[in-house]
Amino acid sequence: MSGANGNGTNGTGGGADRPNPDKDLGASNLPGQRGDGGEEIRVQRGMFGADSGGDTSGYGGLVRSIRLPGPATRPYGGWFDEVADELEGALEEQDLLPENVIGKTVVDRGELTFHIEREHLPRVARTLRDDPALRFELCTGVSGVHYPADKGRELHAVYHLRSITHNRLIRLEVSAPDSDPRIPSLVGVYPTNDWHEREAYDFFGIVFEGHPALTRIMMPDDWQGFPQRKDYPLGGIAVEYKGAQIPAPDQRRSYS
Amino acid sequence: MSTQSASARETTEGTVYTVTGGDWDEVVQTAAKADDERIVVNMGPQHPSTHGVLRLILEIEGETVTEARCGIGYLHTGIEKNLEYRTWTQGTTFVTRMDYLTSFFNETAYCLAVEKLLGIEDQVPDRATIIRVLLMELNRLSSHLVCIATGGMELGATTIMIYGFRDRELILDLYELITGLRMNHAFIRPGGLAQDLPPGAVDHIREFVKKMQKNLPEYDKLATGNPIFKARMQDVGHLDLTGCMALGATGPILRSAGLPHDLRKAQPYCGYETYDFDVPTTDTADAYGRFLIRLEEMRQSLAIVEQCLDRLQPGPVMVTDKKIAWPAQLALGPDGLGNSLDHIKKIMGTSMEALIHHFKLVTEGFRVPPGQAYAAVESPKGELGVHAVSDGGTRPYRVHYRDPSFTNLQAMAAMCEGGQVADVIVAVASIDPVMGGVDR
Repeated sequence: MSGANGNGTNGTGGGADRPNPDKDLGASNLPGQRGDGGEEIRVQRGMFGADSGGDTSGYGGLVRSIRLPGPATRPYGGWFDEVADELEGALEEQDLLPENVIGKTVVDRGELTFHIEREHLPRVARTLRDDPALRFELCTGVSGVHYPADKGRELHAVYHLRSITHNRLIRLEVSAPDSDPRIPSLVGVYPTNDWHEREAYDFFGIVFEGHPALTRIMMPDDWQGFPQRKDYPLGGIAVEYKGAQIPAPDQRRSYS
Repeated sequence: MSTQSASARETTEGTVYTVTGGDWDEVVQTAAKADDERIVVNMGPQHPSTHGVLRLILEIEGETVTEARCGIGYLHTGIEKNLEYRTWTQGTTFVTRMDYLTSFFNETAYCLAVEKLLGIEDQVPDRATIIRVLLMELNRLSSHLVCIATGGMELGATTIMIYGFRDRELILDLYELITGLRMNHAFIRPGGLAQDLPPGAVDHIREFVKKMQKNLPEYDKLATGNPIFKARMQDVGHLDLTGCMALGATGPILRSAGLPHDLRKAQPYCGYETYDFDVPTTDTADAYGRFLIRLEEMRQSLAIVEQCLDRLQPGPVMVTDKKIAWPAQLALGPDGLGNSLDHIKKIMGTSMEALIHHFKLVTEGFRVPPGQAYAAVESPKGELGVHAVSDGGTRPYRVHYRDPSFTNLQAMAAMCEGGQVADVIVAVASIDPVMGGVDR
């Protein structure tokens, strides 16, 4: 399953004596896959986005699992451990079991991410803001991400928190299923999230519970659907260029 | 009542007056006659003093604004969604159009995020990084100039507008020389730059710096001590530090509240830690303070531009990784920027492998390992953050822009409520929102 993927994209050729580059976890700048580690978010079959008709591409049998970086183990390195310790300590003081609150901790590309169970999000955010050892005063808003194939965790809300006091940046990630797209609002903790949450609602349909006025912000009020979900088409029309028809962007061949 | 300037019509919400210019007193008088004292004034989205297609909804009592709200979204173009249907390299062409007055910041932030995802931050050549800084600081100048110029115009100070656009024109000429375009450059690319500086660019920039050093004090002479200017700006659009932190306001708004927070100092990127510059602050927390900060930041930017010029050494402007860097040195042809003729000769005539490689890299693009990254730069308006997610494909899975204009504009209500109608214009101008960035 991994051999086909490696061809032509990593440029090393693939002699029999070489290790399979897709299984090489230490390799940097490799396409697609990182061995079997990480969290699978999707399994992709075939190539070029072709999913109907006979397989004329020759890639129809290709199966590739898309994996995001998985949970990290201690020590996380640098100030990450300090923040994690302080957060866990502060949660314990509030009679919360850290393992019930923090689903997993990911350290990737020099960034620290806490995956928080959604019901605990406001408490965690308030702790991160107010605890003197944490002091993440500034929230840079929320970014929605849609993983339609990640069943039960389709919608993600990603928050970046900045501590000016300690000069640190962390990321919180919360997920909700498509069938119940509710995530507690953080407007009470970070009023700046007012518009950001409206934007994430507008584009992804994430319902931020407790938001004072969760209405559309970019799209017209009577708009149907949530445009930045993956199943929502981009739209567009074919354009003629130098005699050829160039299809709309979402109709073009996809190499992903 | 019904006059030419304010026709009335009955709706389910009460009497609605459509003001089309003319005598404001008439409207106020008529409104005073009505039983309902609550007046809701809609300003924009097509109004010259609302900074683009911003709609303000003001509830007023006499001349006092009791409630203020923004209506945005009139310039929403779905750039973030569009990015998901193009290659990573094509992304710069889109993001440069978000906040169209800070193109180079959008491009740099995007490229820093992509480079972080690729893990090639250390491989970007020095020359490319220095030129990025150079362009960003020129961009800071041109953005602040527009802010001061249009801000002045909205106050009725047309001289300062003429001055501002005069000096911005000099910078746009430099952009045109360097990138071929005055706006929407798509010049900074993942891995480096589209191409090197053209011959003579350094001399042109040095000449500009000299000219600008002469022109900058004119703003001081014209506005800083001007009693009318001060009367309109001082203690207007007040937002203290607590308000800034709660509302996420960054940039000149935050610094006018006295906190010297600047990402170039706090979390340096592109080697900003090696440049010599100051972060100006004031403690007035008002529109005048923000004006002074922008003036001083322009001086600092000019100093950074000079330092960049002194540092420039010949060298590559793109990573050496042939799987990321486009294979050709680009050249300016009759139909715009494209592959150099030499390169086309080579791939079409002598090397089939080079042709295949070129074709695949340009049509498919490069793959980016799965994961997410956040890169932030200090744009003229504040923290410009990019949250980029890759699923290992040749296109971004998701790119989100945390645009400072969007976040800062939320502070409009806090700055305007309780103040005068005329001060709304000043407060909004001091936020310096650009709707291209707000709506994306």
